[in-house]
Amino acid sequence: MTKTPQAADVADLPIDAVRPPRPGRWIAAVVAAFALVWLAYTIIVNENLHWDVIAEYLMDGRVLGGLWVTIQLTVLSMVIGLALGILAAVMQLSGSPVLRGASALYTWFFRGTPLLVQLIFWFNIGLVFPSFGIGVPFDGPKLIEWQANELITPFTAALLGLAINEGAYMAEIVRAGIRSVDPGQREAAEALGMSHRQVLRRVVLPQAMRVIIPPTGNQFISMLKTTSMVSVIAGAELLTVSQRIYLGNFEVIAMLIVASIWYIVLTTIASVGQHFIEKRFERGHHALQVRVRRNLRPFSRGNA
Amino acid sequence: MVEPKVRIRSVRKCFGSVEVLKGISLDVPEGGVVCVVGPSGSGKSTLLRCVNRLETIDSGRIWVDGDLIGYAEQGDRLHHLRPAQLCRQRQDIGMVFQRFHLFPHRTALENVMEGPVVVKGVAKGRARERAMELLERVDLADRAGHYPAQLSGGQQQRVAIARSLAMDPKLMLFDEPTSALDPELVQEVLAVMRDLAASGMTMMVVTHEMGFAREVGDNLIFIDGGVIVEQGHPRDVLANPRHERFRAFLGQVL
Ligand SMILES: Nc1ncnc2c1ncn2[C@@H]1O[C@H](COP(=O)(O)OP(=O)(O)OP(=O)(O)O)[C@@H](O)[C@H]1O
Ligand SMILES: [Mg+2]
Repeated sequence: MTKTPQAADVADLPIDAVRPPRPGRWIAAVVAAFALVWLAYTIIVNENLHWDVIAEYLMDGRVLGGLWVTIQLTVLSMVIGLALGILAAVMQLSGSPVLRGASALYTWFFRGTPLLVQLIFWFNIGLVFPSFGIGVPFDGPKLIEWQANELITPFTAALLGLAINEGAYMAEIVRAGIRSVDPGQREAAEALGMSHRQVLRRVVLPQAMRVIIPPTGNQFISMLKTTSMVSVIAGAELLTVSQRIYLGNFEVIAMLIVASIWYIVLTTIASVGQHFIEKRFERGHHALQVRVRRNLRPFSRGNA
Repeated sequence: MVEPKVRIRSVRKCFGSVEVLKGISLDVPEGGVVCVVGPSGSGKSTLLRCVNRLETIDSGRIWVDGDLIGYAEQGDRLHHLRPAQLCRQRQDIGMVFQRFHLFPHRTALENVMEGPVVVKGVAKGRARERAMELLERVDLADRAGHYPAQLSGGQQQRVAIARSLAMDPKLMLFDEPTSALDPELVQEVLAVMRDLAASGMTMMVVTHEMGFAREVGDNLIFIDGGVIVEQGHPRDVLANPRHERFRAFLGQVL
């Protein structure tokens, strides 16, 4: 007959078990550490890398100018892209087949063709439409008219290309977000007498944001890097200016490293920002999470 | 004769080829409390949802306070109301749902303020004062700053009632307001509804709480298969159910 332990014994039964040996893991760790050290060594002592040039150009005026253009392009095309995405998503979920079709056509076309092609296309739009105007459609008289080659600078072409392309992807993200909201929310809002617009703005979108924001953050971070594609139309952003500099001083690798350092700085800052914004939109759900977490771990240190 | 607050005439409603309401007619007098009972799928929720036009009807007429719901009568033709007019009609009809549907991203107080501020354009300060009064009335003034996820089911449902009352409705619709609640939380919600009925609110209540129906209801209707099978004063019909189907139903819920 086994003796059941008394309460006093139960209170203190430390588990001090011996783990089985894991030689494989140790070997893998040693190999990885060795590879890292070797890689760092070869980079640091490599004379072809010209660390002095990298240091010299990191804060160069032209590089900083390109950095600023990259930031502007990213922020503007994300903002416009998000607006287009919301518009396309709302059209997609509307009752009108015409609106749904237009939205589907938009996402189908811009997701189905390479961004690089779109950028070159926008830059050369003047070949198709030499002038833009406001006036009577179907070749009627024009009120105002612009020449395409005045309007379409590398920057506007880049912005058009990036924003319209982004909008097509954001549409999908926004649509998933809107669909994630309990239909009961919409009904409760309608029962209060809210209009469709009010329901969308006050009830559906704020809740959809929780689902929309994490992938949008990823899109933003990816956009920081995607702007480098604009270099094919000489968009004056970070990669373009770096290229211009190395065409003069032949420091190809050094300038690419300068650009990469800035891209990494930008994406790191954006990732930190993403973390805090996601926290902010957890409002009302955060409390539940804390509660669930506390309930699952009743003896945690109670850091609510 | 006094105009009834709600007048429902020969309402039919189909979902696809299934006819869910097969000609419902019903009057609710000013300040009356109608309790709607019936088996699952009999069309109780659909009936309430037709009254505030969350569902369209296929034939029949519904008037609330003399206003035809969903249409304008011009000559002998009906014209669909414009969306803004539908919203106007809904403002005067409160609805409380089985699963509360509070706005999770707003506090209890903000939930109650939302309707007046957004729909009626009431100033925030004024709306906040009124919302606090209503939270007081449902005994939740101390939870004003809590988010729905931090409230119990019974508390959430009381906030939902306050949210509807904030629009000063002429009529309140309750769709099984206590069915999603743990038994010990049912009474706190029923108490609020009892007070509301005593204050003279006209109410249509879908419920399985026969005690509440007997005590508060002026009229009880039993719906089965999309028609009203039996109706009368709750005390009478509950004591002497005439139809076999109603008797069988009562046998299950009591
Ligand atoms: N949007 C809809 N589309 C199709 N069918 C529906 C829809 N809403 C309800 N129904 C059907 O209509 C019938 C009546 O539904 P209703 O929700 O009114 O029943 P109920 O009496 O409220 O039932 P319960 O007690 O389960 O809530 C059911 O058969 C249901 O499946
Ligand atoms: Mg129902």
